[in-house]
Amino acid sequence: MSEPQVFERIRDEITKNDVLLFMKGTPVFPQCGFSAAVVEVLSDLGVKFHGINILVDPELRQGIKDFSQWPTIPQLYVKGEFVGGCDIVREMAETGELATFLKEKGVALSSAA
Amino acid sequence: MPMAAEDIVQLIKAGIPDAEVEIHDLAGDGDHYAATVISPAFAGKSKIQQHQMVYGALGGRMGGVLHALKLTTMAQRP
Repeated sequence: MSEPQVFERIRDEITKNDVLLFMKGTPVFPQCGFSAAVVEVLSDLGVKFHGINILVDPELRQGIKDFSQWPTIPQLYVKGEFVGGCDIVREMAETGELATFLKEKGVALSSAA
Repeated sequence: MPMAAEDIVQLIKAGIPDAEVEIHDLAGDGDHYAATVISPAFAGKSKIQQHQMVYGALGGRMGGVLHALKLTTMAQRP
């Protein structure tokens, strides 16, 4: 079975964007509490990220779930690596692990954290 | 479509046989849950893999009939 064409697009996006959030709604106007929570975590850390609204793109909405083998949105990618969904990202933020991870990956944080 | 807490617990325990599962209905609507799953089977696995094991046990319901499940996983009690 050949892989879905949408995987090519996803690979392109996660390569182009160092910090990429597949989400419901946009960073400015999240349309789901879980997506909003991750946006807040990233904003608190002062991380520049790109958001992709999967609500306006049905192909991507299913495609990203298949690609990550992860059933829910939001999904955070850093430097091409899947970091996790809302619960994992929030847990990592609480323990300080997220800031450390981002720094290790060479992502600039503008907050004091 | 909501799912009963009891069904979620049973599915997780069926998929991860030695798991301890605590579940809370967050909104009282049968649609937003928080679950803590503790199982030695998680030892040495990443958080992503641990959550994927739980989603696997739920057999595709997560993100479908089950809209919101806030998940905490650990290999042993803290």
